[in-house]
Amino acid sequence: MTSKEQTTSNKGATSMQNSQPELEFEPVQTKGTVTIQEQSGIVIVTINDPGKKVNTLNSKLMPEFAEVFNFVEVRPNIKAMILISGKKDCFVAGADIEELAACKSAEEASHLSQSGQEMLSKLEALKIPVIAAIEGSCLGGGLELALACSYRIAVDSKKTQIGLPEVMLGLLPGAGGTQRLPRLIGLEEALSLILTGASCNAKKALKLGIVDTVIASSNLLPAALKIANDLASGALKVTRGRHDIKSTIVSSFAGRSLILSQARKMIMAKTKGLYPAPLAILDVIGYGLANGMAKGLAKEATEFGRLSQTNQSKALISIYFAQTELKKNPYGNKQLAHQTIGVLGAGLMGAGIGLVSIQKGYNVRLKDLSEASLAQGEKYIWSELDSQIKRKKLNTIEAKAVFSKLYSQTNWDLFTKCDLLIEAVFEDLELKKRVLREAEAACRPDMVFASNTSALPIAEIASASSRPEQVLGMHYFSPVHKMPLLEIIRTDKTSNDALAMAVSVGQRQGKTVIVVNDGPGFYTTRILVPFMDEAALLALEGIDFHYLDKVMIAFGYPVGPITLMDEVGLDVSQHITHDLGKIFGKRFCGSDTSVLSEFAEKKALGRKAGRGFYLYGNKNKGPFAGLLGRKAKVINPDALAIMQKYGKSSSKIKVEAEDIQIRTTYRLLNEAAYCLQDQVLLKPQDGDIGAIFGLGFPPFLGGPFRYMDTIGVAKVVDALKQFELTFGERFRPCELLQEMALKNSKFYPKG
Amino acid sequence: MDQNNANDPVIVEGVRTPFMRSNKIYEDIPSYELGRMALSGLAAKTGIDLNLIEHVVMGTVIHDPVTSNIARESLLAAGYPAHIPAHTVSLACISSNVAATQIADMIRLKRIDIAVVGGTDTCSDPPIRVSRQLRKGLVRLSKVKKLGDLVTQWPFLRTLRFSDLSLDVPKVVEFSNGKSMGQGGDLLAQSVGITRKESDEFAARSHQLAVKAQKEGFFKGMIIPAYLPPRFEPVLADDGPRADTTAEGLAKLKPAFDKNFGVNTAGSSSFLTDGASAVLLMSRSKAKELGYQPKAVIRDYIFRAGDALSEMLSGPALTIPLLLQKNNLTASDIGVWEIHEAFSAQVLANIRLIETPSFLKTRLGLDKTVGKIDLEKVNVWGGSLSLGHPFGATGGRLIATAAARLVHEGQRYAIVSGCAAGGHGSAILLENV
Repeated sequence: MTSKEQTTSNKGATSMQNSQPELEFEPVQTKGTVTIQEQSGIVIVTINDPGKKVNTLNSKLMPEFAEVFNFVEVRPNIKAMILISGKKDCFVAGADIEELAACKSAEEASHLSQSGQEMLSKLEALKIPVIAAIEGSCLGGGLELALACSYRIAVDSKKTQIGLPEVMLGLLPGAGGTQRLPRLIGLEEALSLILTGASCNAKKALKLGIVDTVIASSNLLPAALKIANDLASGALKVTRGRHDIKSTIVSSFAGRSLILSQARKMIMAKTKGLYPAPLAILDVIGYGLANGMAKGLAKEATEFGRLSQTNQSKALISIYFAQTELKKNPYGNKQLAHQTIGVLGAGLMGAGIGLVSIQKGYNVRLKDLSEASLAQGEKYIWSELDSQIKRKKLNTIEAKAVFSKLYSQTNWDLFTKCDLLIEAVFEDLELKKRVLREAEAACRPDMVFASNTSALPIAEIASASSRPEQVLGMHYFSPVHKMPLLEIIRTDKTSNDALAMAVSVGQRQGKTVIVVNDGPGFYTTRILVPFMDEAALLALEGIDFHYLDKVMIAFGYPVGPITLMDEVGLDVSQHITHDLGKIFGKRFCGSDTSVLSEFAEKKALGRKAGRGFYLYGNKNKGPFAGLLGRKAKVINPDALAIMQKYGKSSSKIKVEAEDIQIRTTYRLLNEAAYCLQDQVLLKPQDGDIGAIFGLGFPPFLGGPFRYMDTIGVAKVVDALKQFELTFGERFRPCELLQEMALKNSKFYPKG
Repeated sequence: MDQNNANDPVIVEGVRTPFMRSNKIYEDIPSYELGRMALSGLAAKTGIDLNLIEHVVMGTVIHDPVTSNIARESLLAAGYPAHIPAHTVSLACISSNVAATQIADMIRLKRIDIAVVGGTDTCSDPPIRVSRQLRKGLVRLSKVKKLGDLVTQWPFLRTLRFSDLSLDVPKVVEFSNGKSMGQGGDLLAQSVGITRKESDEFAARSHQLAVKAQKEGFFKGMIIPAYLPPRFEPVLADDGPRADTTAEGLAKLKPAFDKNFGVNTAGSSSFLTDGASAVLLMSRSKAKELGYQPKAVIRDYIFRAGDALSEMLSGPALTIPLLLQKNNLTASDIGVWEIHEAFSAQVLANIRLIETPSFLKTRLGLDKTVGKIDLEKVNVWGGSLSLGHPFGATGGRLIATAAARLVHEGQRYAIVSGCAAGGHGSAILLENV
C-alpha cells in the first residue's frame, strides 16, 4: 500500500463512521467510490459516489471492483462479501447515462456494455457468497449488479425501487440484465419487467423472486452480516426456482417460443414497431436462453451498442436530460409562505389541480358557486384517492389525511392564507377578468394569481389586475393527475418571484414544467391547432376518420387527430381556432370555421356530448360489442354529412398514409418554429418537452425540434415549400426555418 | 377574576359537522370519520399551522373497539401531524365538556398553549356483540391449533346451544341499576312536578328556535359542510329541527317510557344522532401572538355526581349553583345559558331545582339561593331536543355555541351545563374577552 492510499484510507474511515455509526469496523482499504472493509472474514464493500446524490454504474467503478476482487483473492480467510450503498435512499440508481450519451459509435457503447458485463461476471464467479444489501433505488445497472450477486436482501420501504428501466431510454439492460433476470425469475415475469421498464417495491420483488429476503427495518447491515455468516457457514441454503407444471412448460422450448411470439405481437400492437428496443430485448433474451449465457451476453452487448446509436434512443435520452434540467427552478426560490393554494372552479380541471396539490401536502381551498358543483369536485378527488387505496398506494388513513387538506366553500372567507390562487373557471375572458378582480379584492395582496387556460391571453387577463406582476398562466392538461406537463405562461410584467412560486408548485405537483412567453395559444395550443386543422382538412377531402386516426397512431401519436378533436371538444376547438385564426390568418384557418359551428348546431361537441366525429356511450355499441372484442368507434352520420356538405371532394380520394402524416406533422413543426421565432419559446428543449408531454408528440422522435434536426431543417423547408405550392400559404415555412435552411444550422448544434 | 392573565384558556373557534339523525345520511360513516371531518374543518376554518397544536382530546360514548382511542384515529385521518398526542375521554353526554376543561387547566398551568377539544359519536353502528356464551366459544375455538386442543375444549363447546346465537345489543341504560334514561327522566319530572304541557311547550320551543337560528344563519360559521361518499351530496345543515313541531302536535304523542304517568314522549326526548365537534383552545397570549380574536375565556368549571337513579339527570342542578356561588355570581349575572336538553322535562326540572332553597340546602349545602334562570336566555339557538345529541360531540357544540352567543349577544358570562349517565353533572363558566 502506498502512502497516498494510506491517507485516503483514513478519510474513508471517517466517512464510514458517519454513515454507519452503529457499527465500528476497521477499514482496510479504500478507493474513490468504493470502500472495502473486513470484519471476521466478511468483506463489506460500500458504494458511495462522492459528491453525487446517487450512485451510478460507470467505468470508474471497474478498476475499483478489480481491487475488490484482488482483495478477496489474496485473503483466503474471507468467507462472504456484502455489497451495500453508503447513500441512504439509493443502492445504485442505474448506469451513468452521460457516459453512455458520450459514446460516438455502436462499438464504443458495446465496449462499455462488455466491460460492465465482465466486471459482473467476475463478481458472479467469486467462490464466496456475495450479498447485495439493497435500500432505495436499485434500477438498471444497479439491479444488474445485484443480480450478479448470490443473494439479495432489500429494505421494505417506499424508497426501495427495483427494476430495469433501460427500455424507456430506447436501450436494453446491457450489463447482463437480459440474461440473468429471466434465468432468475422466469421468462414471463422478466419480460414484463424489462419490456415495460416498470419498477417494483421490495415486497413485489420478493414475490417475483428478484430478492431473497426483505427486512422491515432500515438497519440493513447487521441483517446482511447475519445472512453472510449463515450463508458462509451453510446454516442458510438458497433454493430458487419454481418446480410446478407451469414453470416446466414455460421453460420448455415450445413454451418459450410461444411466450416470445405472444410478446412480439403485444409489442407490435403497442409500439407499431416504431421502437426498436423492445424487439431487440426479445431477441436478446430468446437468443440467450437458446444458446447459453456467454453467447447471450455477447449479443446483449452488440445490441446495446446498436440501440445506443438509434435516433429513437438518442431522442429518448435527450428528453431524459431535458427533463432533468427542468427540475431546476431558474427563477429563484420564492416559496409559498402558508402552503395554501386556492382553486377556483370545481370542474374537471379545478378538481384535478386540487388533487395534485393536496397529494403533495398543500392545503387547498376549493371555491365554486354552488355546493352541488363543489360536491362534484370532492367526488372526483375522493374517487381518485380511493382508487389509490384500492391499488394499495395509500392506506385509508393516509388517503383521508390527504383528502383532509381540501376544503370546499362557496365564499371567499378562508382565502386569507392563500399564497397562490389558480382559477379554473370556464374559458371566458370576461369571466376570468371578473374572478381576478374579485379575488384581488378578497385575498391577500401578495397572492399570485394564475389562470388555467389553454389559449386565453394572459396579458389581457392581467390587464384587469391592480398588480399584474403577480399574474401568470398555469396551463394544465386534462386529466390533470395523469398528464405530466404544466405550461407556465409569463407576461412581460410577470415578476420572477411569482414565476418562481408557480414553477416550484408545479414541480412539487409532479409536473414537468416549461415556462413560455405569453402569446396567442401560448405554445402547446398554438402548435396543436394547425395540426388539427390539417386533419380536419383531410377529413373534408373525404378521408375516412378511422383511417386518419389509424395512420397517425401508426406514426407514433397516442391517439388520432379526429379522436383528439372529440376529446378536446369541438366547441373548444372552434373557439380557439377562431381566436387564433383572427390573429394568424390563413396560416391557421385552412379549414372553414363554419364547419365547426355546424357541429355545434348538431350538438355534436365531442366525447363530453356523447357525439362528435364519432358516437360515444353505451347505446351505440350494439348488443355484441363486448363479444366482438375491441370496439370500433361508430362514425356520427351527422359528422359525415357535414364533411360531405363542406368537402371539396365528395368522393373518397386516396391519400397516402405518409402524406397524411407529413401534412399534419409538418404544420405542427412549422408552427413550433414560429413559436421559437416569436420568442414564445425560450429554447427548443422546452418546445420538445412541451409537445411530447403535453400533446403526445411521438417521444422517439425527440420532439418537434429534435425531429427537424434529425430530418434536416433544409429538407423540412423544401417539403413545406412543395406543400405550399399545392395547398397554399398555410404551409409557408417560417423565416427562422428558411434562415436555418440556408445556413444549414441545427436547433441543437451540439447534437 | 377581573384580571386577564396571559395563560387564560380562550376559545378561538368551534365547529361541528352537521348533526344528523342516526341511520340516515351518516349511516355508513364511522365515528372516527365524523371526528376527522370536524378536525379538518377546524383546521381549514382557522388556518392554523397544525404543527403548533400540542394536544387533542375528544370525547366519545359509543366505543368501537377497533378505534378505541378515537381521538388519535380522527387526528391521523384529518392529516394532523403525528407528533400531536391525542386521547379519548368518556363521561357520557358531557364527555367533550371533560375534554375542554382538562385542556383549559393544562393551558392555565402553562403546560401547553394550543389544543383542540371536541367529541364524536355515531349511533348508526353500535358495536353489537354475539351472546356471551358464543363469544366464549369463539375465543376458545380460535385457540384450537391441533386435534388434542379440540378434545380439551370439547366439554365446553358441547354445552353451546342454538339459543346462544342471540345478539347482545348495547342499550341506553344505567349499568348499575338497569334503568333507562327515559325512566330516569320520568322519575325526575314527577318528583319536581313538571307537567306534560310544560314539557311539550319546551320541546316545541327548542325546534322553533333551532329553525329560526338556521334561517338567520347563526350556524353558518360553525357547521362544516359534509360531502359524503359515495354520492357526495352536500350535507349543509342539521336534519333534526322541524319547523312544523308545535306543542299541540306533541301533545298527541303517547308517553314513551312510563305509559301511565310519564311526561316524556318521543317528541320531547333527544333523539339518536351522529356527529362530531371540535373547538380550538389557546392561551390568551398565544392567541394574541398568532393574531386570533378569541371569543371567550374558560373561567371556571365544576363536575359533580349524585345518585345514579334518582339524580340520573340532575347534573345541571347539582353543578350550576355551586359554580355560581364559587364565583360570587347569581343566575341573573349569566347572559347566555347553554344547557344540554336530554329531555324537555329534564331541563325544566333542573331549572326549577336550582330555584328551590330546600334542594340547594339539602343536596349542595347552600344556605343562600343563587337566583332564577331566565328561560329567555336558555338555548336560544335550539338545543339537543331539536339539533340532536351525538353524545360525545354535544359538549363541543354547547361550548362553541355559548362562545358564539357571547359575541353575538354582547353578554359577559355564559354557563354551559349538562347531565350525564351515572348521575353526573358539569357546569362551565365562560366570560367574554
